[in-house]
Amino acid sequence: MKQFDRALLLITGLLAAYQIVVGVKGADALAGLGYLTAFGVLLVAGLLLIIFGFEILASPIVVVVAALIPLGLAFGLVAHYFAAFEMIALGAAIIGLLAIAVTRFGARGALATMALAVVHGVAGILIFGLPIVLWLRGSAPPGFALVGGGGALIGLGGLLLSFLKVGKPILAQETILRVLPGLLLLMTASFVAGFAAL
Amino acid sequence: MSSLKTRLRAYWTLIKSLQTGLLLITGLAAYMSARCPVTTWETLLAVTATLFLAISGSTVLNMVYDRDIDAKMKRACMRPLPAGKASAREALALGLVLSIAGIGGALLMNPLYGAVVFAGLFFDVVVYTIWLKRRTPYSIIIGGWAGGMPALAGRALAVGAIDPLGILLALAVLLWIPTHIMTYNIKYVDDYARAGVPTFPSVYGIRATRVIITLSSVGAAIAVMLAAIGIGMDWGLLRLLVVLSGGLLALAAASMWRPSERLNLGLFKYASVYMLGSMLLLAAEAF
Repeated sequence: MKQFDRALLLITGLLAAYQIVVGVKGADALAGLGYLTAFGVLLVAGLLLIIFGFEILASPIVVVVAALIPLGLAFGLVAHYFAAFEMIALGAAIIGLLAIAVTRFGARGALATMALAVVHGVAGILIFGLPIVLWLRGSAPPGFALVGGGGALIGLGGLLLSFLKVGKPILAQETILRVLPGLLLLMTASFVAGFAAL
Repeated sequence: MSSLKTRLRAYWTLIKSLQTGLLLITGLAAYMSARCPVTTWETLLAVTATLFLAISGSTVLNMVYDRDIDAKMKRACMRPLPAGKASAREALALGLVLSIAGIGGALLMNPLYGAVVFAGLFFDVVVYTIWLKRRTPYSIIIGGWAGGMPALAGRALAVGAIDPLGILLALAVLLWIPTHIMTYNIKYVDDYARAGVPTFPSVYGIRATRVIITLSSVGAAIAVMLAAIGIGMDWGLLRLLVVLSGGLLALAAASMWRPSERLNLGLFKYASVYMLGSMLLLAAEAF
């Protein structure tokens, strides 16, 4: 890994650390826990990527833990703005995480890829769509739509890595790994800027 | 000119700048954890200077005493003394000058602070290096108190007494030391055996050492968290500390569950980042 990539990952980690410290305005304990999980995993993942390099992405446990980022954010957003659905969202997040874990360590193959794609897909759509819907409804300031931008980027990163994992890469592995640190930084910056608008 | 440059570079290696820097930060963080108005720039500079001198001095004195075993270890044989880049005599003089300046300065600032700084040096050089290191693998636990002394000294200077929080901060460093050192002991187990230095991996085996590393990581994280709560750390910073502690515990557990050389070295690096990060968070409380 190049020093430049390490620097990008370090800034990503610092942005995630900043978001953890300042928290998200208006979020109750459960929603806050969702956001904390997402940014916490993002921070530790950034540090581990710096320490171990990109090879760590090959570990099945990393795939499971990394799923906590979109799941935590999606759950946080639902619990924050649609409190009536927070228990359903929590249940869905736990089932999604278990599905990824069980298929990753057990069945593998097509089932594991499907579980990963469904969970990331649904969480990604929620992170992308909810902030934009909330902005259009006037329930959140326009800047909050940036969280949706971050959602689009996390979806893009998830897709690139998932297809790479199943041996049908959209882009060459070197290209994916070259853009990954920048993508993570841009995604985190979008989330932080979006939440700062609240 | 170039010979002076070479000599200064050798001296810089002798003080193990990264390790000294990390211990210095624990002392500064403990001092700053007491918050204003004790945290003045003049005192902060004086604490930095005295701790830097005393920690560097004890490190150089250790290097002088351990030069024979360093020469037998692949990892350490290129250090300035075994490699002949500096003589034992000049290193001893350097170590003594740095130590006396550090302890003297600390005593002038505050007798209690000076006494704790001296205790740190005594534990490190006499108890750990001279007495225990070549006799028992438990040396890092008993001698490890030396690592906690900068934190205890910093806190003692700030509050004017040895308080429970100071002891807790010293305990946090003490409990972190096995994670830091034993991961290295595992990596260089043959090196230590060649030099005749008993370590946990060579005496009790690697599996038992991994259990101790995990337990010590848990203990260090608990001690840091308790100290942070005792200091009254802001809730946001505390959340960040929980996340960093979680990372340490997860890595320590993973190194037991699926041990590998790579994970072992990763844990060593993360533990250093963890100690640095948690101390910076404690220091951040001052602002």
